[in-house]
Amino acid sequence: MLTYIAKRLLMTIPTLLGAAVLIFFMLRVVPGDVIEVKLRGDGASVTQEVIDAERSRLGLDKPLPEQFTSWIAGLTKLDPGLSMWTGKPVVDEMSVRLPLSIQVAVMGALIATLIAVPMGTLSALYRDSPIDYLLRIFSLVGLAVPAFWFGMVMILLLLWLFNWLPPVIYTPFHVDPIANLSQLIWPALVVGIRYAAVVARMVRSSVIEVMKEDYIRTARAKGLTEKVIIIRHAMKNAMLPAITVIGLEFAFLMGGLVVTEQVFNLNGIGQLFVQAVAHRDFVLVQNIVMFIAAVFVFTNLAVDLLYAAIDPRIRYR
Amino acid sequence: MTLGTMAASVRVPSRTKPTAWRKMMQFAATQPLGAAGLVTVLVMAIAGALAPYIAPYDPVAISFSDMLAPPSWEHPLGTDNFGRDILSRILYGARTAIVMGLVSALIGSTLGAILGVVSAYFGGVIDLLIQRAVDIFLSLPIIVLALVVVAMLGRNLVLGFDFNLILAISIPIVPQVARVVRSSALSIREMAYVDAARVAGYSTRRIIFRHMAPNLMAPYLIMLTAFIAQAILLEASLSFLGLGVTEPSPAWGLMLAGNAVDFYRQAPWMIIFPGLAISLAVFSFNLLGDSLRDWLDPKARLR
Repeated sequence: MLTYIAKRLLMTIPTLLGAAVLIFFMLRVVPGDVIEVKLRGDGASVTQEVIDAERSRLGLDKPLPEQFTSWIAGLTKLDPGLSMWTGKPVVDEMSVRLPLSIQVAVMGALIATLIAVPMGTLSALYRDSPIDYLLRIFSLVGLAVPAFWFGMVMILLLLWLFNWLPPVIYTPFHVDPIANLSQLIWPALVVGIRYAAVVARMVRSSVIEVMKEDYIRTARAKGLTEKVIIIRHAMKNAMLPAITVIGLEFAFLMGGLVVTEQVFNLNGIGQLFVQAVAHRDFVLVQNIVMFIAAVFVFTNLAVDLLYAAIDPRIRYR
Repeated sequence: MTLGTMAASVRVPSRTKPTAWRKMMQFAATQPLGAAGLVTVLVMAIAGALAPYIAPYDPVAISFSDMLAPPSWEHPLGTDNFGRDILSRILYGARTAIVMGLVSALIGSTLGAILGVVSAYFGGVIDLLIQRAVDIFLSLPIIVLALVVVAMLGRNLVLGFDFNLILAISIPIVPQVARVVRSSALSIREMAYVDAARVAGYSTRRIIFRHMAPNLMAPYLIMLTAFIAQAILLEASLSFLGLGVTEPSPAWGLMLAGNAVDFYRQAPWMIIFPGLAISLAVFSFNLLGDSLRDWLDPKARLR
């Protein structure tokens, strides 16, 4: 098992390196960068020397391959460079905003699981019943409604019910857990419910598959109650593919975060990313994208390892 | 087996080719939900096309005397903070949404399909390289990928439409389509008629476009319809973030952008109606796409 984990960890390196190459060079296909815009933005007359000085301070005067290798070298030391817009280290920019986004993402994933697993299971067990139709409508609507609008409608609802508007200031969990949760539960619900719409369909089809298996027939033949069959036999096996989907679609949830943070006025990674794009701050953009790619790669790895832990049929060399 | 039973087991194709009309009627009969989706989509497209004739007001005309007016006979869906009529803006917005959605989905799906077929046909190193790149792009949420393209290209208005925005919406679609089309193309590549074409000495281009492509039309059409929905959603999201369609062009996402949030209390209609329009458009295209899949590819339903 340990060698398997080591092997899988090594295998993530070429994937991440490939992603780095693609993103880095894609952003630089079109010539021109932010420095000129930043310094000349207000119509200020800036000499070429000042621009060149800023370029060399940020290391943008070097040839691209050299910039790339120094970026990768920096990444391994968790020093991925300076933001082209603010000039501050990217690590500082990202680490302040990370806890918030991670908290919302994890809460969203939890909410999604709590909705999707029972809903998917029930509609698989009672196919073509009202609950099954409800799920179908839920997943169609969930995919059609834009995340940002869903967030806005939720705010309208909260305003109407509790006279609540998203607070301007973010309260961290360790400062005041209750204020923190009451602030973040809503964006988490928004991303979670949309995510549930995707996951519930997968749970449904995996439960349907499992219910056709021989061991379910055996369990029935033994005279076990339907409750025991479903909970002990069916759910346990149906959860494996469900975990895969929850892991794979975690990226979907991160995408929802980009717009949801904007709606709820949360200064997280998503909002930082949008600002970085608006400023064409390539260094910040490439690092955030790498971060998202890394989250995807490592959630996949975690899902595979979880499989090994849960399913005794899977043996790893 | 006698000749008689063999003849009975072979289904005789009808002599007359079904007309487009009859095909559509058949689609409507077997896929009522898909037909409903199709009708909604058509109504939206027509409303968008006829917007200059049916919209009660100029979508960009600012009128401070009508600011933030609630829905009434005069302004069925109310007005915004500039006194612009929301119904008129939604009607004009349908143009933007459908044109952008259609064009981007068409570009994205076509590029993706070509990439998928090329990858499957050549195999080997080409396939490996394309698939690795596709894998990397698929690991990113489509909105993130679209934003990377926005950062890469900036803005470029051609004939009133931001061509770079169209690219930003189509590029995330390419890897998704490439993956699906490749897997269909892989099985088609093994078909006897492709071997026959190769033996006959046809050029690679001819084999790909004349022999393989027609057999990939069904998955292509299904993906195309589904991705129109995705493209509309993506355009709305980018416009909402202030990185898509720019003022004063009426676009649904744009109507919810910027300072719309300052009017939660005074003018909830500013928020509700544009969002409903986006949701309805995406929902209808999704419904159409799902039904098209069931209709064109009955095997997919059993999966």
